[in-house]
Amino acid sequence: MGPIGLQHYLVLGAILFVLGVIGIVSRKNAVGILISIELMLNAANINLIAFSRYSNKPIFPTTMPEAAYMDGQVFAIFVIILAACEAAVALAIILNLFNMFGTIEVDDADTMRG
Amino acid sequence: MNASTVIFWIIAVLAVGSAIVATYAKNIVNAAFGLFFTLLAIAGVYVFLDADFLAITQVVVYVGGILVLLLFGILLTNKNIDFVTVDGSRSYLVGTLLGAALLVMVLSILQLATWNNVPTAPPPGGTTAPIGYMLLKNYLLAFEFSSVTLLAALIGAAYLVRGRDKD
Repeated sequence: MGPIGLQHYLVLGAILFVLGVIGIVSRKNAVGILISIELMLNAANINLIAFSRYSNKPIFPTTMPEAAYMDGQVFAIFVIILAACEAAVALAIILNLFNMFGTIEVDDADTMRG
Repeated sequence: MNASTVIFWIIAVLAVGSAIVATYAKNIVNAAFGLFFTLLAIAGVYVFLDADFLAITQVVVYVGGILVLLLFGILLTNKNIDFVTVDGSRSYLVGTLLGAALLVMVLSILQLATWNNVPTAPPPGGTTAPIGYMLLKNYLLAFEFSSVTLLAALIGAAYLVRGRDKD
């Protein structure tokens, strides 16, 4: 086991992302699906921040030299903002689902099934 | 193998192990607590990547906000008195096979590239000031859009969960 490099973070992100995919495909509980979505967003964030840490070429010209390689971290902040939006709206939808169907198993909400 | 390598492996194993709990736990409350430990471990990974501001944001927003929201969602949508939601009977077999295939594909692609393993020097004095500079300079439009999106999402969520008007 040598020193920690970029690949270690990428492999960690890939494993977490795949676990999120497995959860989304397999779970029926709507909150469980939301948990898996959060896992996938966090895996993407790990990749963004790792690339930001190991980049050696600035994307945009900037007048602040310390900020030259911060693009990945700024992207990660936007991901966190959108995850907060998504969690709030998804939980509102789940509460409505529970009021309409009495359950949050997504297979039971099949009113529009032909 | 120095101390920081050992700590990284401990954090990585904790993240993956609790993510497995979050994915496979039958009890949805156990899955939420698995996600709790995963998020904390990922904050540790951010510290390893010299992203101190992101690590604090991760703990405050995810662990303090989104996870509490998830637990509210679990407890509000549960008819059973013991707050145990057993997940449905759908088999994990197909999903696990699909995920394993996806993981093999991604890892084999990762092997093909030669990655730059020399990290750039972290900014002296923390990442908070550079991130604030970037948000208000290069990413100002995206920043404003995301703030409007957050406002719209919160108003929409409050509207959706509001009870029907009795009239």
